[in-house]
Amino acid sequence: MNNHVVYFDNHATTPMDPRVLDAMLPYFSGKFGNAASRNHAYGWDAEKAVEDSRKKIASLIGANPKEIIFTSGATESNNLAIKGVAEMYAERGNHIITAATEHKAVLDTCKKLEKHGFRITYMPVLANGLVDLDLLRSSITDKTILITIMYANNEIGVIQPIAEIGKIAKERGVLFHTDGVQAVGKIPVNVMADNIDIMSITGHKIYGPKGAGALFVRRKGPRVQLTAQMDGGGHERGMRSGTLNVPGIVGLGEACAICQKEMAEESKRMAHMRDKLRAKLESELDETFINGTMESRLPNNLNMSFAYVEGESLLMGINDIAVSSGSACTSATLEPSYVLKALGVGDDLAHTSIRFGLGRFNTEEEVDYVADRVIQVVKKLRDLSPLYEMAKEGIDLSTVQWAAEAH
Amino acid sequence: MAYSDKVLDHYNNPRNVGSLDRNDPNVGTGMVGAPECGDVMKLQLRVDEASGVIEDAKFKTFGCGSAIASSSLATEWLKGKTVDEALAIKNTDIVNELSLPPVKIHCSVLAEDAIKAAIHDYKKKQGVRSPAEAALA
Repeated sequence: MNNHVVYFDNHATTPMDPRVLDAMLPYFSGKFGNAASRNHAYGWDAEKAVEDSRKKIASLIGANPKEIIFTSGATESNNLAIKGVAEMYAERGNHIITAATEHKAVLDTCKKLEKHGFRITYMPVLANGLVDLDLLRSSITDKTILITIMYANNEIGVIQPIAEIGKIAKERGVLFHTDGVQAVGKIPVNVMADNIDIMSITGHKIYGPKGAGALFVRRKGPRVQLTAQMDGGGHERGMRSGTLNVPGIVGLGEACAICQKEMAEESKRMAHMRDKLRAKLESELDETFINGTMESRLPNNLNMSFAYVEGESLLMGINDIAVSSGSACTSATLEPSYVLKALGVGDDLAHTSIRFGLGRFNTEEEVDYVADRVIQVVKKLRDLSPLYEMAKEGIDLSTVQWAAEAH
Repeated sequence: MAYSDKVLDHYNNPRNVGSLDRNDPNVGTGMVGAPECGDVMKLQLRVDEASGVIEDAKFKTFGCGSAIASSSLATEWLKGKTVDEALAIKNTDIVNELSLPPVKIHCSVLAEDAIKAAIHDYKKKQGVRSPAEAALA
């Protein structure tokens, strides 16, 4: 069945590139050694593979290989970065700045720290999804030890002004962590140029394996120290104990190398397909709204609200297409997307939002197909929508007294 | 989430989509829910004056597939029932018929509310009719 489902949900996860799988396979069987075994060939093979991978990751982001710490993925990387800094620098201060549109792995980590006496500033964002740099400057106090702002957003694809944030952090002597999961491998990221001190990366968003991630931890100017969150053998410069997931690490490294080689061409192709999708949808449908700025955005992201059509019912109609919705009905919490809320998108429009995430293996034919299917289903559901009918009759829906019973 | 076959059938082939003339004295209109909650149901019914039986029912729904199915099913059930019989339709009947999961029970509640609101509207209209009109009924 999956063979017939067009996959446009590449912000959630990406299919593995077959080249990545090929690189990984030997490390599941013949080359099974423990990278920490220093006294035999199995260990040396594994260690070499791990170090090659470290180089590939470092090369993609402009870092030194020694600055790459392997983890199980971005949730662990974000936890290690934020809690690790909080614990290590607690004597210097107890204030952390983040933004309302961050991933839950950052927000919930911050909430946990709040319970332990840290003060967290959750900055609101502008209507275009970007953080307000003036607000960031004024939020920094002499107790601020960390700014954590994601590079690019997983729902709306908006790219934050990372270089400016890095500059502000450096000027004020505050560490800067960024969740780079959606950006690394998709757009040029350079930790030196951007003054990033710590950055989270994961394999499965860049056509690599799940369960393999990394954390860039700056070694010079400043030398960042993190308190380990797991105790054990002291692997990864003592920051992350645990036997290394060699096949996963090999896959992550290979995924980074492919991204580095193909990014320029691939991002153009993504932007072309994304823009075509948008143009087709907008040419056939009225009252569509783009969520987040198009000016500073990942080339593979489109987040659109289709007014008067509830997101889950739209997904049901396009069940041969894999996308996500900001509708409450599709979320575990039964609340509409908090990211869209933070942009000031009303709940009514948040319920009608669809996230299209294009990827390496999508084709232009698929773009045409997805556009046609979405247009067809949105039109059908608008024929069914009392709200569309009222809007067409010229009724201002914001003035209607709704007899809300449910929810 | 996996949908039951009946929900899929009503979603793919919704029954009785449309609108009736809301100014017709024999038409009752119920509109429940709110756009902010992600569900709005409009349900209308027309009662045959002579027999007191619901002769037509229409709906339009903004909401998830289960909300669409619940209101579609409600219009099917309304037709041929008297107003009092229609008032006896319970949300649990809809839950059972469509095999709705717990998280979708509110869709059935909304459909029951829409039926009640439409009948309330109809009764209100009937109550304010002139004696001459009432005598003809």
